[in-house]
Amino acid sequence: MKKGKVWKYGDNVNTDVIFPGKYTYSILDPREMAVHALEDLDPEFSQKAMPGDVIVAGKNFGCGSSREQAATCLKRAGIQAVIAKSFARIFFRNAINQGLTVIQSEEIVESVEKGEEIAIDFSKGQIKTQKGILSFSPLPESVSGILEAGGLIPYTKAKLEKKKAGRIIACKRPKSVKKKLFI
Amino acid sequence: MGKTFSEKLLGLKAGREVSAGDVVTVSPDYILSHDNSAAIIKEFEKLGLEKVSSPGKLVIVLDHVIPASSEKYAQNHKTIRKFVEEQKITNFFDIHHGICHQVLMENGFATPGKLILGADSHTVSYGALGAFSSGIGRSEVAALWATDEIWLRVPETLKIQIEGKLPRGIYAKDIILKIIGEEGADCANYKAVEFSGDAAKNMSIASRIVLCNMAAEMGAKNAYFAPDDVAISWLENRAKDEFELIYSDKDAKYQTVLHFNISTLEPQVAFPHTVDNVKPVSQAKGIKFHQAVIGTCTNGRLEDLVVAAQILKGKKVHPEVRVLVIPASRAEYLLALKEGVLESLVEAGCVVLNPGCGPCLGAHQGVIAPGEVALSTANRNFQGRMGSRDSFIYLASPATVAASAIKGVITDPREYL
Repeated sequence: MKKGKVWKYGDNVNTDVIFPGKYTYSILDPREMAVHALEDLDPEFSQKAMPGDVIVAGKNFGCGSSREQAATCLKRAGIQAVIAKSFARIFFRNAINQGLTVIQSEEIVESVEKGEEIAIDFSKGQIKTQKGILSFSPLPESVSGILEAGGLIPYTKAKLEKKKAGRIIACKRPKSVKKKLFI
Repeated sequence: MGKTFSEKLLGLKAGREVSAGDVVTVSPDYILSHDNSAAIIKEFEKLGLEKVSSPGKLVIVLDHVIPASSEKYAQNHKTIRKFVEEQKITNFFDIHHGICHQVLMENGFATPGKLILGADSHTVSYGALGAFSSGIGRSEVAALWATDEIWLRVPETLKIQIEGKLPRGIYAKDIILKIIGEEGADCANYKAVEFSGDAAKNMSIASRIVLCNMAAEMGAKNAYFAPDDVAISWLENRAKDEFELIYSDKDAKYQTVLHFNISTLEPQVAFPHTVDNVKPVSQAKGIKFHQAVIGTCTNGRLEDLVVAAQILKGKKVHPEVRVLVIPASRAEYLLALKEGVLESLVEAGCVVLNPGCGPCLGAHQGVIAPGEVALSTANRNFQGRMGSRDSFIYLASPATVAASAIKGVITDPREYL
């Protein structure tokens, strides 16, 4: 269970207010991205957000541009999860690919208040709020592996290394040894 | 039960029969990136590979901040040029070609039946030519460069039937703004959008691109016009390779079918700060603005510039307004130049910028100050998009923007047509 404070916003929080376009090609360092997180929506956020905090928002969170920094800046600001009524398609992919947990649940969004402290148990799919314990559906297996690896780049790297190791073993070892190694 | 275009195309790429909701692993025909290639290269390098998997699939276009406006941008461009040389990437378009989406279509990468993924949300534009194209993130592009594989969910399809005759002074931009205004900014989230109906069939390719481009503002995964004779003749002498015409079956299963009749449509304006905050121009009349933008990947083709020039020819831009004109590509720029379109615009007092993204995303070339108002033909009006977070953006057709530029306030273009 990881505790965090709720930052609550409305519908259609777009990528321009999460990470302004003027920085998209000039800031490449993720730590610097975090400084500008939600700058045009809530200038207080980057100054006061603490590791473990949670963003709770309405429908279509992350609509607009494909800029992945919108997910990166929130992850680097220490946000443990974004809970929304729905997510824009590209943001949803980007969040998972950056290792940022996204939870889709109207019920949770409706019941938590701005500033309240909640605790999330990802393994059980439960959130402890002031009003009680609420459940959410875990992400499908096809994407949870990416999230667990910390994002698509580490996930792909591990996959490529595994493939390479497999190839080396296949080339260098006689067949019987290869079989043994894979048991 | 029949299949939709998206089910058929992704099924073909996956090598099996698929339906909406299935998850497929596919390999795209082309992978687009632009100035963000600098950041993608950084991610690609983390993967520890020396070479990209299929260099012939990469299409890299420098368009977002061109020419470089600062040392940082210049360094990004330098990094990209070096990578292009090292990786032997032949489909590289340096700063003199134009906006990536227009460049991809003009150079024949986007053809019917192709699967194109790009690190830009407006990659959806190529559905105007019958391709399946969709925006993805930077990490995904880096992973694609390495593995040539990506997972995609087969989308449900929202069919939009557009019927009726386009009235005088009404354009593709008004149609799509009307649809987004009525249906909302997330009406097509995760979905494919198919545009059909008589009015859609009568549209030029330039107009079809406007609709597909703006489908991103409905949250669409991809957009599609059935490729007809208009599309096929447009592709003559342009298509880079063979293509396959893929159509939805007559008995395909659509999630929703919407009907729009445009015969009585008025010019439409999107108010700040969301694209679905749309009202007819009659409710926007008289709103003052400081900067007008005519062009971008949404409305920067010859057809758009001609309409603006028809209105502005022999007139003067209002003294309290500045007008920026951005052709979508060098090819469109040249056409407008040869036809005297740019001459009329420059004489009226417009500033013509080089083809590129310009101030659309607030990076350079005309960012707006606190308290300022912009009226633009671009696709987004989010808070802070074109500069200050305390500025305001209205969206409209090139005709509405041109007519308004004369009066200095938002104006119904039909007064000038």
